Amino acid sequence: MLCIKNGMVVDGISDVPYKADILIDKGKVIDIRENIEDAAEEVIDAAGKWVLPGLVDAHCHLREPGFEYKEDISSGTRSAAAGGFTSVACMANTNPVVDNGAMVNYIKSMAMVKGVVKVYPIAAVTKGQQGQELTEMRELKEAGAVALSDDGKPIMNPHLMKLALQYAKGLDMLIISHCEDLSLVGDGLMNEGYMSTVLGLKGITRAAEEVMVARDIILAEVLDAPIHIAHVSTKGSVELIRQAKRRGVKVTCETAPHYFSATDAWVDGYDTNAKVNPPLRTDEDVAAIKQGLKDGTIDIIATDHAPHHRDDKEVEYSLAANGISGFETAFSLAYTHLVETGVLSIQELVHKMSKGPADILKIDAGTIEIGKPADIIVVDLHRTYTVDVSKFYSKGKNSPFHGCTLKGKVMHTIVDGKVIMKNEKIIV
Amino acid sequence: MMALNRKDLLGLRGMTRAELEEILSTAEDMKSILLSDTKKASYLQGKSVVMLFYENSTRTRFSFEFAAKYLGAHTASVAVSSSSVAKGESLIDTGKTLQSMGVDVIVLRHPMSGAPHLLAKHVSASVINAGDGINEHPTQALLDMFTIRQKKGTLEGVKVAIIGDILHSRVARSNVWGLTTMGAEVRVAGPTTLMPPDIEKMGAKVFYRVEEAIKGADVVMGLRLQRERQQKGLLPSLREYTHLFGITQERMRLAKADALIMHPGPVNRGVEISSDLVDGEHSVINEQVTNGVAIRMALLYLLTRRNRDAVH
Ligand SMILES: [Zn+2]
Ligand SMILES: [Zn+2]
Repeated sequence: MLCIKNGMVVDGISDVPYKADILIDKGKVIDIRENIEDAAEEVIDAAGKWVLPGLVDAHCHLREPGFEYKEDISSGTRSAAAGGFTSVACMANTNPVVDNGAMVNYIKSMAMVKGVVKVYPIAAVTKGQQGQELTEMRELKEAGAVALSDDGKPIMNPHLMKLALQYAKGLDMLIISHCEDLSLVGDGLMNEGYMSTVLGLKGITRAAEEVMVARDIILAEVLDAPIHIAHVSTKGSVELIRQAKRRGVKVTCETAPHYFSATDAWVDGYDTNAKVNPPLRTDEDVAAIKQGLKDGTIDIIATDHAPHHRDDKEVEYSLAANGISGFETAFSLAYTHLVETGVLSIQELVHKMSKGPADILKIDAGTIEIGKPADIIVVDLHRTYTVDVSKFYSKGKNSPFHGCTLKGKVMHTIVDGKVIMKNEKIIV
Repeated sequence: MMALNRKDLLGLRGMTRAELEEILSTAEDMKSILLSDTKKASYLQGKSVVMLFYENSTRTRFSFEFAAKYLGAHTASVAVSSSSVAKGESLIDTGKTLQSMGVDVIVLRHPMSGAPHLLAKHVSASVINAGDGINEHPTQALLDMFTIRQKKGTLEGVKVAIIGDILHSRVARSNVWGLTTMGAEVRVAGPTTLMPPDIEKMGAKVFYRVEEAIKGADVVMGLRLQRERQQKGLLPSLREYTHLFGITQERMRLAKADALIMHPGPVNRGVEISSDLVDGEHSVINEQVTNGVAIRMALLYLLTRRNRDAVH
């Protein structure tokens, strides 16, 4: 038995945090109340700290198979655990692409063997993510894919997107759309605006994202099918989704921590660690993203953890890979930029990073409840620290937040009652 | 006075007026060496300067080569085809290799913005940006500024109109940074599809009618218009461009009577500027080339000065 004592608990269900001990046995929560005196073999003292449901990431890239030099399931899930994530949904843009049942099973079994958190594969919408033919969605669903996405690439053909939404609806599967009109992106490299002018880097108009967000909303509306918009980054996208939700369109969406923590000014000096897709935007967009999180337009926060090798980043800006290694800074960025600034309460933040994504993906996670799997984290909200990428468990050290001072740190991570991280150290 | 105390010259953005002043005044001395019979100085004796060019530019490469040779340096040129950039040896590795061979200054021309900044971070040799992508071409802007100052006596309050494809022009960007720092008024004009967003925040005045930009100007600078802009749909035709923005005798009547005609070259005669103006009495296009060598001599001298002083 394991007991987490004296922490402030946000259980993901109650309206207010409360002080309680949590008793765990055989991987499940068996008691939640003050002053549990049971003689648990292991005790975690959470006095002065907060006890939260393990975080759930609806969007990450674990890179295995095919790009193990960037990340693999072993390093990626350790990185997730270090960031407080106990369940992660990984995108299908591996090599080969996760576009058939065998690949879904492969990811799941590799995660079983060497992963330390729960891994839920997201499978491709089109075969090989080529945007030509639909995948066998029934087979993917039966194998355990929690959603479908060609993330990394948009589905450019609107007719194909319509068919995908239509077909997936019949199977009760969710499509996650990476919205980026490639003809509008052209050879653009960063957000189009003052900074792209100053740096002499070709700009990417915000319309490249918004045109496709609008298209997908219209398709979902016409078909009355659900759709989830990945990594919302612009003010315009937030507004499109806000209006769609008012009309009753079944649209949900996520943003990533970098879209409320950084702007295109961070690209200055040609910092390839700030190169990400969609690109970092402006202060105005950051404000709109925060507003969208506050008023519920943006349902959840997902990391879009996209680890890369040094060789993919230490090159000319034009040649550098897109992506930020995001697991290990996500909670602290969210706490620092959203809770400390009064945008969200701690309960709201917890919802957007645990129960919210779990509900969208229909996975059993995101709460601390008696009888449920004990996926729990302990965080120190008073703790201020400086991000040091060399300490990342991820192979990907590509973070523009290196050197930033953040508040709120994940201290312990427990998955199915097993302590994975203790005092900021992964112990498995 | 030693205002310029940098390892590299990556761009004019962020350079102080004192630094620019020092480069321009040093170039005056260099121009006299250049115009002397012997054309010889020994400031760079024992130094090695390599031209690392990932883009073809015979005129810029020769200009740097002559500048280095007149100052007594060893020179070498490396031409890398841009198609091999993506798959070939990395820029950083190439830079480190050159450095191991004892190179003191790397003059880099590269099709990607920010490449000199990347190289400069990884080598201890000085890096001079000889044009990076659509970002900057600082030595071109410096020679433009030098030319204007020689002709007009000052840069303060001088009205410079830059006409053409501002979006893709590293010459325009460097000139906006440099000229505004020196107190000149910079006007930019071109088709809306070839104007970068928010360039007015860099200190330039934006015009979409060429006549308004030229009106009362002391200097009118044309930029080379690439034919591929039409293929990419940014322009309906070169003919329409010339009609709307071509620099002509008639339009030049709106400028000051003694206005200079400039162009970084090579010129598309009859497209961005009419042939008679290129060869006319107000054109300083050939003098720009001479001044380019003087500016590059000045920079090579100034950037290697720190090491030289440390050694002696
Ligand atoms: Zn994506
Ligand atoms: Zn992604």
